[in-house]
Amino acid sequence: MIPGTFEYHRPKSVAEAAKLLRKSKDGRVLAGGHSLLPMMKLRMTEPSALIDLGAIAALRGIKKTGTKLVIGAMTTQHELLASALVAKNLPILHETAILIADPQVRYVGTIGGNVANGDPGNDMPAVMMALDATYKIAGPTKARVVKARAFYKGSYETALKAGEIVTAIEIPVPGKHGFAYEKLKRKVGDYATAAAAVLITLKAGKIAACAIALTNLAPTPLLAEAAAAALVGRAPDDAAISAAVAAARKIMDPANDTRGTPAYRKSVGGIYVERAIKRAIARAAG
Amino acid sequence: MSKTHVKFKLNGAAAEGMCEPRTLLVHFIRENLSITGTHIGCETTHCGACTVDLNGKSVKSCTLLAVQAQGADVVTIEGMANADGTLGALQEGFRQMHGLQCGYCTPGMIVRAHRLLKENPKPTDEEIRFGIAGNLCRCTGYQNIVKAIQHAAAKLRGEEYLEAAE
Ligand SMILES: Cc1cc2nc3c(=O)[nH]c(=O)nc-3n(C[C@H](O)[C@H](O)[C@H](O)COP(=O)(O)OP(=O)(O)OC[C@H]3O[C@@H](n4cnc5c(N)ncnc54)[C@H](O)[C@@H]3O)c2cc1C
Ligand code: FES
Ligand code: FES
Repeated sequence: MIPGTFEYHRPKSVAEAAKLLRKSKDGRVLAGGHSLLPMMKLRMTEPSALIDLGAIAALRGIKKTGTKLVIGAMTTQHELLASALVAKNLPILHETAILIADPQVRYVGTIGGNVANGDPGNDMPAVMMALDATYKIAGPTKARVVKARAFYKGSYETALKAGEIVTAIEIPVPGKHGFAYEKLKRKVGDYATAAAAVLITLKAGKIAACAIALTNLAPTPLLAEAAAAALVGRAPDDAAISAAVAAARKIMDPANDTRGTPAYRKSVGGIYVERAIKRAIARAAG
Repeated sequence: MSKTHVKFKLNGAAAEGMCEPRTLLVHFIRENLSITGTHIGCETTHCGACTVDLNGKSVKSCTLLAVQAQGADVVTIEGMANADGTLGALQEGFRQMHGLQCGYCTPGMIVRAHRLLKENPKPTDEEIRFGIAGNLCRCTGYQNIVKAIQHAAAKLRGEEYLEAAE
């Protein structure tokens, strides 16, 4: 199985990439290619040009500026896992990246590709929503930023406009917190049947702050705001957790596919939200 | 579609050829360069039979374009033997521990294990299983593959591996 024909470009700068993208009729940027090339082989997409971001050094790397971690779009999952900065400041990214695909895919799959792809099965988007990350975007005219929480519009539909490129992801580093990414998958390397990202801060025995987001339980990743609100201000006990799980289940709208029926996925979705909350609470307390 | 000149280092020697941008790296290596040790199992990024080492990373060569390997350092199963032609540590480990039956997955397994041992010279069995999670084997049940990789790891550390194959 090979992709259809296309023109191939390998620019050295974001400006050049944006120019090539603008000039091409329906060109796409190529990051790790581990979502795009499989789709092209299946003719689910047939771009006339691929603009390979692989040679643009400015799109790589992880740095801390003030209270934010800034991750270049072409940083691979493997590089995230190897980063001491990530391990120290945003351990939930480590926990998530290691559940994505398999070693070979993680060596090439990028964080930019993962968040820009728009597949509801991708794991990073929900985590970015929970963390309240911001995507930095370069475009044909001027640069702009979009919050992860406002980026996902539908299955494979995002706020990205034609000709735009995600250049970096900016994540506010939370203070002392508990976190968890709980993912149910059929086998190693599979996309989530259901998954949940949870961040929790405890103060004086009560939940002071909480964010919950869901993967592959609707056409887009979901920020479960009512579920988080059900926990804030309360002691981390079973009653509060049950209320949060019920609120999370209410917004789930999973597809009926080979990973299960909507009823099954909502059922296990709730269980994974519960597990994630409990683990985040234990870590926040520890 | 016009062809592009692709040039990279393959198992230490210069390799080059002309191909369309859509040509997959595995096809370029097998068909243009006639180096056929790398196998194609699924061609859909799942089985790992096509694994090659590219700039120090294990990658599935059915899901990379040959043009993406421009200027890279590529190593395939043909690059795993010792310089004098004798079996490399991993090849020897797979032989001693019966790490293969039909052998279809073996080129990908060995090339993946090569990078795994470079990154982690003393892995636990569990770390090996996690590290080869992108490589499927339909024959062995993996037990002897794990032992084969431990055999090689021990040899590379100058130690003896005392366990027997299953
Ligand atoms: C066997 C297998 C299992 C997998 N399992 C999982 C899993 O469990 N969880 C998971 O999350 N993913 C999984 N993936 C997908 C993998 O993580 C991809 O690498 C990821 O979805 C896309 O990243 P990429 O760098 O490969 O992007 P590409 O495939 O190159 O691009 C994907 C899309 O995003 C666009 N794009 C890429 N980068 C940018 C950018 N900087 N700006 C704008 N648009 C951009 C491209 O044009 C394309 O439309 C799996 C893939 C495989 C092959
Ligand atoms: S042939 Fe490449 S992963 Fe199966
Ligand atoms: S030995 Fe037959 S597939 Fe592994």
